[in-house]
Amino acid sequence: MTAPAIPVRRASQLPPGTGKAAWLFLAPALTLIFIFFFLPVLASLLLSLTDFDIYSIADPPTTRFVGLKNYGRLLETPEFWQALRNTLYFALVGGPLTIALSLGSALLLNAKLTRFKTVFRTIYFIPFVTTLVAVSIVWRYLYHTKYGLLNYGLGFFGVGPIDWLGDPRWAMPAIILLAVWKNFGYNMLIFIAGLQSIPSELYDAAEIDGAGPVRRFFNVTLPLLGPTMLFVGVVTMIGYFQLFAEPYVMTMGGPLRATTSVVLLMYEEGFRWWRMGYAAAIAFVLFLVILLATLLQFRLQKERA
Amino acid sequence: MGRHAVRALRVAGVVLAAACSNGATSDTVTLRLWAMGREGEVVSELIPAFEREHPGIRVEVQQIPWTAAHEKLLTAYVGEATPDIAMLGNTWLPEFEALNALAPLDERIAGSSVIDPDDFFAGIWRTNVVDGRTFGIPWYVDTRLVYYRSDILAKAGYSRLPDTWAEWMTAMRKMKSQMRPNQYPMLMPTNEWPQLVGFALETGSPILKDGGRFGAFQEPRFREAFDFYLSFFREGLAPAVSSSQVANLFQEFERGNIAMYISGPWYIGEFRSRLADSVQGKWTTAPMPGKDGPGAGMAAGASLSIFAGSRHKREAWLLIEYLSRPETQLEFYKLTGDLPPRKASWQDTLLTNNTHARAFRDQLERVVPLPQVPEWEEIATAIYEHGERTIRGAATVDQTLAALDRDVNAMLEKRRYLLAQAGKRK
Repeated sequence: MTAPAIPVRRASQLPPGTGKAAWLFLAPALTLIFIFFFLPVLASLLLSLTDFDIYSIADPPTTRFVGLKNYGRLLETPEFWQALRNTLYFALVGGPLTIALSLGSALLLNAKLTRFKTVFRTIYFIPFVTTLVAVSIVWRYLYHTKYGLLNYGLGFFGVGPIDWLGDPRWAMPAIILLAVWKNFGYNMLIFIAGLQSIPSELYDAAEIDGAGPVRRFFNVTLPLLGPTMLFVGVVTMIGYFQLFAEPYVMTMGGPLRATTSVVLLMYEEGFRWWRMGYAAAIAFVLFLVILLATLLQFRLQKERA
Repeated sequence: MGRHAVRALRVAGVVLAAACSNGATSDTVTLRLWAMGREGEVVSELIPAFEREHPGIRVEVQQIPWTAAHEKLLTAYVGEATPDIAMLGNTWLPEFEALNALAPLDERIAGSSVIDPDDFFAGIWRTNVVDGRTFGIPWYVDTRLVYYRSDILAKAGYSRLPDTWAEWMTAMRKMKSQMRPNQYPMLMPTNEWPQLVGFALETGSPILKDGGRFGAFQEPRFREAFDFYLSFFREGLAPAVSSSQVANLFQEFERGNIAMYISGPWYIGEFRSRLADSVQGKWTTAPMPGKDGPGAGMAAGASLSIFAGSRHKREAWLLIEYLSRPETQLEFYKLTGDLPPRKASWQDTLLTNNTHARAFRDQLERVVPLPQVPEWEEIATAIYEHGERTIRGAATVDQTLAALDRDVNAMLEKRRYLLAQAGKRK
């Protein structure tokens, strides 16, 4: 049997004993990761194969091993599919919107003509660092059907009052609006960094070749932002698939479960009804969904490149 | 292993704490009391008198919001950090009893000169008894009543609220015909279960059957109650809105956009302080109408329980006794408007003179406990969620009741298994 070629050769180039020293230095971090990450993950995988619930907390022997039954039941439950649909809706509408808005504002802030850049950058970034709960309470006022600022503004355009958080059709758009506003500042900063790393000679060359601003954007800016885009896309998507705090504070998952996300469902099953086994199964299904979505995004990016 | 380690640590902690606090406060016992909502806010005002009577006991009150209370109590139990005493919604008692989280109180009751079970309303007391043992002492009672605008009802030709379902409906239809299109005789938020469950207790539905092993939602008695509940929405007598969609209930009530509302006793105080002067004297309360005559009510409210993990059960019991004295209960009533669970307290002129409370006194004699299963909170949530879907036309009555039975039976699966195991052992 041959050992993998590259690592061995590299190790042999190092002074003897370096490998051991490296492991020694890595050991504290690896131990922590093992104890606080891998063990809990393994434990929750085992948990998801049992019916651990409130009775088990009182009397552990009442726990039964149920195999894949939790998963089977999950896939049969309409509430789970609805939660998954809601989460996809949020991620697929909210994600691109957030990215488009952050890219747009990054372009504006990176333009040569823009003044007071730092001020605007700070203003746009502030929502990201404010406490979500406080923000949600203010937004609940904005969304108020009768006395809210948003409906007041819409009234000028002759749009009738919208019951933002009470109407099952509008509740999710309302949550998306809040999330986009709250999160675009962070991506914007990353895009600004990405834009600044594009050499200006490329723009000069394109301009000499007669490319207008639109062509310059599509043929220079966008391709060179590829890696930044991938990073922002993946991080935003993973974050959005874990939607929880916004609906938890604003709607408690209602009306008619229209804003119940997968994580909120997991929280309810786990910490409201203490069906830990079932909740762990939800967590693993969500993990698989996010993994698939991430792989898909990497694949798409690769094809484009 | 975990548990022992935790215990060892805890013992070490106690020793350390004792060592540190040795001296001035060596024989002072600190009781931790958790209470929710308004009660949590005001109970501290009753504590100084207790501490004066018992110089060796200090009481620390922690206030927790209702919405987080159930989760917090369970988490505290799992983390072995329960308080000595807590206020528990009496539908939660079976759940905490199933966890072995509560201390039985029967011996202490038998030896008490203050707490006499016969002086409590029977339906309320029964909610504290699980499998023949008592786990809580009722602190205040809550049964749902109808609050209504007497002037609007009078306009429809009624001097008082009818006490049968059929006449109640007729009255509401008359009211509706005299109202503007966006006004309704009744408000029943679609995300609340007590209204529907109250009607079900009225028709005599057990809600669960076979000792709480299965749902009984497809049985005729529940179906009848459900039909009655739905007719409010079907006939446009109540708007299909959830409580978060009602901006300001008091304003709507004031403007006559809503003429009736079903709620508990705490609303007496709220209505008195928050309704404008122009409608004071134009509203009153009435017992729930029944199928044929004054109806049964839901026995709800909160009790005081001692946790099994408490190391100061004797002192905790002294506090419960103090809070259960008729004079303390009247003091508590003055602070909160919460109705006392003892008949002795109701003989005071403070309550006999309160016209709005009289309907509650009347109904308290007829209250019926809810099913006593640990899963109740979850079942109640399922009941309103399914109800809401039917109201909004997303499912038919047959579909809903079948789905409700299916879901609730699934929730009760573990309970059935455990009961079967217990049966085998016997």
